[in-house]
Amino acid sequence: MPAWLKRIAIAAVAASAMAGAAAAQVIYHRGNDADPETLDPHKTSTVYEAQILRDISEGLVIHDAAAKVVPGVAEKHELSDDGRVYRFILRADAKWSNGDPVKASDFVFSFRRIMNPETGAKYANLLYPILNAEKVNKGEGKVEELGVRAVDDRTLEITLERPTPYFLELLTHQSALPVHPASVEKHGTSFTRPENYVTNGAYVLKEWVPNSHIRLDKNPHFHAAGTVKIDTVIHYPNKDLAAAARRFMAGELHSTSDIPADQTKFLKERLGDQVKISPYLGTYYLAVNTQKKPFDDVRVRTALSMAIDREFIAEEIWQGTMLPAYSFVPPGIGNYGTPAYADYKDLSPIDREEKAKSLLKEAGYGPGLKPLKVEIRYNTTDNNKNTVVAIANQWKAIGVETTFINTDAKTHFAHLRERGDFDVARAGWIGDYSDPQNFLFLVQSDNKGLNYARYENPEYDTLMRKASEEKDLGRRAQILFEAEKIFMRDLPYIPILYYSNKNLVSSKLEGWVPNLRGANATRFMSLKP
Amino acid sequence: MAEAAALPTTEAVLGRSLWADAKARLFRNRAAVASMVVLAAIAIACLFGPLLTTHAYDRVHQDYVRTPPSLFAYPQPDQIRPAAERVAARMRARAEAIAVEGDALRLTLTAQRPIDERLLAFFDRSDLFGPARVIERAEEGRRLAVEVPVERRYFLFGTDANGRDLLTRTLIAGRVSLAIGFLATAVSITIGVVYGAVSGYLGGRVDLLMMRLVDILYALPFIFFVIMLVVFFGRNFVLMFIAVGAVEWLDMARIVRGQTLSIKRQEYVQAAEALGVTTSGILRRHIIPNTLGPVIVYMTLLVPKVILLESFLSFLGLGVQEPMTSWGVLISDGAKNIQGAAYMLIFPSLFLVATLFALNFIGDGLRDALDPKDR
Amino acid sequence: MLPFILRRFLSAIPTLFLIVTISFFLIRLAPGGPFDLEQPLEAKVMENLRRIYKLDRPLIEQYGLYLGALLRGDFGPSFYFRDFTIGELFARGLPVSMMLGALALGFAILIGGALGTLAAFRQNSAADYAVMALGTAGLTIPNFVVAPVLQIVFALMLGVLPVGGWNDGAVRNLVLPVVTLALPQIAVVARMTRAAMIETLRSNHIRTLRSLGLPNGVIVRHATRGAALPVVSYLGPAAAALLTGSVVVETIFGLPGVGRYFVEGALNRDYTLVMGTVVLVAVFVLLFNLVVDILYALIDPRVRYE
Repeated sequence: MPAWLKRIAIAAVAASAMAGAAAAQVIYHRGNDADPETLDPHKTSTVYEAQILRDISEGLVIHDAAAKVVPGVAEKHELSDDGRVYRFILRADAKWSNGDPVKASDFVFSFRRIMNPETGAKYANLLYPILNAEKVNKGEGKVEELGVRAVDDRTLEITLERPTPYFLELLTHQSALPVHPASVEKHGTSFTRPENYVTNGAYVLKEWVPNSHIRLDKNPHFHAAGTVKIDTVIHYPNKDLAAAARRFMAGELHSTSDIPADQTKFLKERLGDQVKISPYLGTYYLAVNTQKKPFDDVRVRTALSMAIDREFIAEEIWQGTMLPAYSFVPPGIGNYGTPAYADYKDLSPIDREEKAKSLLKEAGYGPGLKPLKVEIRYNTTDNNKNTVVAIANQWKAIGVETTFINTDAKTHFAHLRERGDFDVARAGWIGDYSDPQNFLFLVQSDNKGLNYARYENPEYDTLMRKASEEKDLGRRAQILFEAEKIFMRDLPYIPILYYSNKNLVSSKLEGWVPNLRGANATRFMSLKP
Repeated sequence: MAEAAALPTTEAVLGRSLWADAKARLFRNRAAVASMVVLAAIAIACLFGPLLTTHAYDRVHQDYVRTPPSLFAYPQPDQIRPAAERVAARMRARAEAIAVEGDALRLTLTAQRPIDERLLAFFDRSDLFGPARVIERAEEGRRLAVEVPVERRYFLFGTDANGRDLLTRTLIAGRVSLAIGFLATAVSITIGVVYGAVSGYLGGRVDLLMMRLVDILYALPFIFFVIMLVVFFGRNFVLMFIAVGAVEWLDMARIVRGQTLSIKRQEYVQAAEALGVTTSGILRRHIIPNTLGPVIVYMTLLVPKVILLESFLSFLGLGVQEPMTSWGVLISDGAKNIQGAAYMLIFPSLFLVATLFALNFIGDGLRDALDPKDR
Repeated sequence: MLPFILRRFLSAIPTLFLIVTISFFLIRLAPGGPFDLEQPLEAKVMENLRRIYKLDRPLIEQYGLYLGALLRGDFGPSFYFRDFTIGELFARGLPVSMMLGALALGFAILIGGALGTLAAFRQNSAADYAVMALGTAGLTIPNFVVAPVLQIVFALMLGVLPVGGWNDGAVRNLVLPVVTLALPQIAVVARMTRAAMIETLRSNHIRTLRSLGLPNGVIVRHATRGAALPVVSYLGPAAAALLTGSVVVETIFGLPGVGRYFVEGALNRDYTLVMGTVVLVAVFVLLFNLVVDILYALIDPRVRYE
């Protein structure tokens, strides 16, 4: 046998042996929404990046399978009496994927990095509760002034600006994940490449082919590696939801991150309880321009809200993949009780319609008076289109004439951010952390970027400020509830629906617990053959 | 002989007979004539059909969302009872003794507390029933016997995600799509043919410059062009033609130019040149008529492209706006429901396919009729 | 011929320059930037990002910077895919797109050409009508319908092919996307070939060959030359479009090509990515138009470039 032929033969044998070994491996094919913009945790901002980062990195505290906050790298923590200083004790066996121990100083490096204006972190503001964080991020202070300090290798101290009851919840966010200082310094922006990326989670990045897949392999250095049952997880970006559902049906995916809402009934018939729909931390709403006539009149806004048949939109248009919303803060959120529901929640549609009509009449609109004309702006998606058409039809019943303007998402949201003219505009908000403040702060008068409604109410602002200074969780919840009551009375935003998690989950996949945060780390799952 | 047309002295006479002749031959082509009838039928159906379908194209039927097509009237017998029970439940009452007699429904409503008769309006609000009439009150209003007319509706093509009648919407959509399909195609073909013929015939530096302009337009990011149109001019039907016309003539120009490069070396063109016929005369009489074969084929290809492109323009906010619709929009919506509700795709597609088949045969007939060599 | 090609290469430089310049300012005029999200960014964070990506500089300075980088062959970093440069994205995606496109194009020319020729020789026969009907259907049914139908039939019902995925370009994974891409092209090529062939068959030199009683094979060979012209002028732009990828096919089948950057880049306002796609298309268009023009001269001796 010539030498080259021999080499090929050996290679072939080796390849087949490897293929055999690979077959014995447990591989989880996992559908994701899209390709991550980046895997640098400090630059990310989306949930589909969080899905991957949750697998490869571990923060001080983490979400467990049911999205409860549990110890991660920090085995325990203490909070000072004034509620401003957290002291985290890091576990002794926490290691990076190259074998280095995870030290408190790594976290100091990471927090300083995300706050450094040069990093360009999209979600730096999430960690502004840390002492001097805002100052540092705005370039008004040095990173060394940040309230994060390594007492020793295993003790990390974080000082806050003021007591922040949801701070631990914040630390579960991807922006609080650590990066490996040595490799960041060595490789610069390319430290997230598979060949360079050193992480401390249950998996390591093995392969990243944009628009195709991201392959993660088990990290042998992970402190709980023994409990990790899936050897390899491959995340696929699925921009086409219907195609993703077909891949699931063909067995090419074990789970998907979303389902095409208009096919829910069909999928339920075909796939039974592999279709999983559960509440999520988000609200789909219509922003109303409160500075523009006649929408500055609260009676007009209330009438518009009353006339919307949310049950129909949730059940028929979204086929049960959304829930009717009568409050702005979704129910089930942390540090809160029952949200402040609109008082017409349980009113019959007929009564609501009559009330809406009489409110409009008081405001000077209706039969015999001038007709109310509303223009809805929305970003083009099928379900947005179907939703606004349904709303327009319901408004017709109280004599409102509706027209539409649709644009692509960038044009839409830039228009709102730049305070362009509009009557009513579709928008949505997904909570970054489980706390009502994360929803109610949207319409504070000083929130220039997010307050699309241009709502200004000193009473509301005062309540929000009072809540931020309140240490007692019960009293704080009560103050926020008062604020939401004002919100629901004034309706700068008209809540329409609460978002849901919508997944297809194979019956072979065990350990997938639907939760309010949509946090499903692979390390808690297993695959039946 | 066609070559005789080169003689400028007899141009007018022969010109008329050329077209008259072509017309006669086109009408002898049975496939083409049948196709013209089909096309006319579709156009007439789209124009006047919506008046006859008994549904308004924007009427939302909340109780008939995504209803499959049926030759029988809705509500179908097995839908009446659950619907009546649902209405009763909304009134916080129980429906008993439900009986359907022809177009009327009789039932008895019972509740713990006296029933608010205003709530009977729920029957009228439903798409299945008319206004309810109380026949008998008993037990101090806790028991009501009512008669409700059942409203019969036909959804021959089914309904969409908002419960709007798809037949009416398909016909309404045809107005937009046929208009854009023909007008935008005509615009781009006219520009493309003239531009391509001039470029190819003049040749040399002019050709080079004209074709580089085509290349430049070809490479510009179309999406931004559309977004800019929307931002500066808002939604406008005319702009849609400009947007489509602006991109779709480019291929046409290249094809015609290629043909022209070959044709201009033909003996009859050289003869015309020798006889001193003007450039525009040669282009009109000799070059352009001889490029018509590929042009007509390309036209039949352009119409579906333009009709489907419109749905993308609508996505960006330039095309049609709800509640108006077009075949392109209906088909792209239908494609997403291909597994759950295939009829949402099939019916609008049938109209588009029928239109294009007819167009193809007419195109071929037209080409054969105009072909100077085939007499 | 050589001076002609040389002149075309020289004329490509100002053309490219114009394309880059017009596009650069056109895309900056559009509302919304790369950092406008559904969940808007904190004002200060936005400012940091704009500074890092030099979006806070005057537009003309940004243009100069971009042009300078482009001359060095640097397309810049992506605004959206922040871990990659545009060059890297293209280096990974372009081979995939070109492979799919080349396969589809090959099938289109072979099958479409053969069908069109057949139809022309049997004009008005059953075979002719069948080809024409197929051609019309292939043109009418858009690829966003063909792709799901193929997935449902071949993957879900028959179970013989995968629904999607790239799988390092395995043949099994290539079949459905290539068919989806090729179908409309087969239809066009068949129709164009048929039309051009009928025209050519009526020309004097073919009539002469026929009257001489030459076998069909010889006639086809001669006729193909004459009929190829309009087909080639169609194929130039079609090839440029095919080889630069298809957003619909890549999205539905989950393939790592560059096609989706055209739409996603624009919708994400990823300025550098859009500029990259513009340059890419421009190069392909210029190149293929040159190829087409050379082919004209080769096919038809009457065509000359002086």
